[in-house]
Amino acid sequence: MNLHEYQSKALFRDFGLPVSQGKAVDTPGDAVEAAKELGGGKWVCKVQVHAGGRGKAGGVRLVDDLDGVRDFATEWLGKRLVTVQTDAEGQPVAKIFVEEAATIDRELYLGAVVDRASRRVVVMASTEGGVEIEQVAAETPEKILRAAIDPATGPQPFQGRRIAFSLDLEGKQVNQFASVFVNLVRLFQDLDCSLVEINPLVVTGDGDVHCLDAKVNIDNNALYRQPAVAALRDPTQEDEREAQADEFGLNYVALDGNIGCMVNGAGLAMGTMDLVKLHGGNPANFLDVGGGATEEAVAEAFKIILSDDAVKAVLINIFGGIVSCKVIAEGIIAAVRQVGVEVPVIVRFEGNNAAAGLAALEESGLAIATATSLEDAATKAVAAVGGGP
Amino acid sequence: MSILVNRDTRVICQGFTGSQGTLHSEQAIAYGTQLVGGVTPGKGGSTHLDRPVFDTVAEAVAETEATASVIYVPARFCKDSILEAIDAGIELIVCITEGIPTLDMLIVKDRLDTLGTRLIGPNCPGVITPGECKIGIMPGDIHLPGKVGVVSRSGTLTYEAVKQTTDKGFGQSTCVGIGGDPIPGTHFTDVLAGFETDPATEAIVLVGEIGGTAEEEAAAFIADDVTKPVVAYIAGVTAPAGKRMGHAGAIIAGGKGTAAEKYEALEGAGVKTVKSLAEIGDAIGEVTGWD
Repeated sequence: MNLHEYQSKALFRDFGLPVSQGKAVDTPGDAVEAAKELGGGKWVCKVQVHAGGRGKAGGVRLVDDLDGVRDFATEWLGKRLVTVQTDAEGQPVAKIFVEEAATIDRELYLGAVVDRASRRVVVMASTEGGVEIEQVAAETPEKILRAAIDPATGPQPFQGRRIAFSLDLEGKQVNQFASVFVNLVRLFQDLDCSLVEINPLVVTGDGDVHCLDAKVNIDNNALYRQPAVAALRDPTQEDEREAQADEFGLNYVALDGNIGCMVNGAGLAMGTMDLVKLHGGNPANFLDVGGGATEEAVAEAFKIILSDDAVKAVLINIFGGIVSCKVIAEGIIAAVRQVGVEVPVIVRFEGNNAAAGLAALEESGLAIATATSLEDAATKAVAAVGGGP
Repeated sequence: MSILVNRDTRVICQGFTGSQGTLHSEQAIAYGTQLVGGVTPGKGGSTHLDRPVFDTVAEAVAETEATASVIYVPARFCKDSILEAIDAGIELIVCITEGIPTLDMLIVKDRLDTLGTRLIGPNCPGVITPGECKIGIMPGDIHLPGKVGVVSRSGTLTYEAVKQTTDKGFGQSTCVGIGGDPIPGTHFTDVLAGFETDPATEAIVLVGEIGGTAEEEAAAFIADDVTKPVVAYIAGVTAPAGKRMGHAGAIIAGGKGTAAEKYEALEGAGVKTVKSLAEIGDAIGEVTGWD
């Protein structure tokens, strides 16, 4: 789950990480009030969306009078921001964050992730703050400093100091950085994060280490034990169909093709998409109905797939392990009867109760094509949309 | 021969009396697995599926001499259950459950590595040596005792590979689902090392997917240490970057973990790769010369 910057910064403050004073608002009037309250003569206004690349897209502005704050808020609230990380429609802007401006002497990068290779939480730091850190990692990996966190000891100040010295921080900055390091990892571990990033972490004109940005992603699997964080979820930033699928225990990801896919198992769902592509077609989505698919969930999956107007055929590929093909067949029949499907539907069943499932489809009298193999299913689906060789 | 499990493996089930534990224990027993008992705290002393139920794993091990345990408890209790099995001296733990918090797995993995305990999973179908021992949720009837070792990050994709090698008559020595999580207990390389030394395994199918670098690590290991023919398939060629494809581990992050990179690494290691998952069985025939 993603959080907004203003939410992440509130969590940062809870964990003793130095952030600027700021306020999230949803009207131009409140934006001006927030700026007055914060005082000073300069503010940074930032749109609050779940996407990076806001600055380059015009979603961040340094302003030095209250009119500038009002203009920014008027310009963005209720609009959508398109960045390199969003789709063509962009993300809705319901809030902007007004923050006191900081003076910047140096820009650094600090982040923490779960590193699969070392099986540790790993903290990464770099002198190349404010830029695409992936690019730094790819082109100049030696500029990324790392520290792995031992699960038994947790983060230690010496690890922070070691990075601080390598970053050429000096004087009070060394202990300030070590404290940021330790608190960042504490936040990561206590809140079940999957990613925390400060880009940039700056040295201010006064020589203090300061978190200018904050990005926090939470491990969805741990939300049950993070109720306070779970309450920060903003569904307006999520794809509507993906959120709807999630409610029924379905995993759905929208893609831009025209062959809807319904599959059991994440790996097989990807494999089916790949097979469609290999036969000259384009998958409209990824959809995993999961291992314990019920008739109801299958019907829902069908509706979600068909709610995408681009879908011109539906390919259903089920390898019944725990899930019975008969149950899936009944879900398909129910969904087709309810929503009246007007595009060709191609079904391939294998495994648990496959024969009974196919028989149920036949007996239903509905126009559902069955396939004898994976290849057959993919070929038929691609042919149904008029594609392929 | 086989790896990890065989007809003599004595297995207990944690979460034995729950619905999942009951369903899959019944199927395991029907398959011939030596399921010798189970654990459900508070139900010790009772009997379930004609097997004894114990309050603790330690007690179950002492009474049944089990060396393997399969875990069907909900995700929020898995860390505790796995650590209990490790503490009781279980040698092989198989955790089927999906959705365990990643930070829990970091703690579990550290403990596994320290004590040398083997965990298969989590979020996996389990492990099966056809005709001998089935631990997990895979459908037993698609398997055939034979000579192909199968290792995979995905459940239903494993079934596809298994079915194709069964249809061809090659059969399987052992099939291991290592699971789709970012921090699995067992890695491709661990299983490949087992297959390399197992006399019953004559060829290997590796089924990977986007995300992480497990396939690249497997490729490096194969290049240096595997002499048997390997066929590999990677799911997710069409997956866009930054979108999690169902499995917690299946995401192309920061431009890394693409199927193309993985195919390239495996091909560089001399592995026969297939781009269509329907061609796995044929490819095994091709690299081995089997009809």
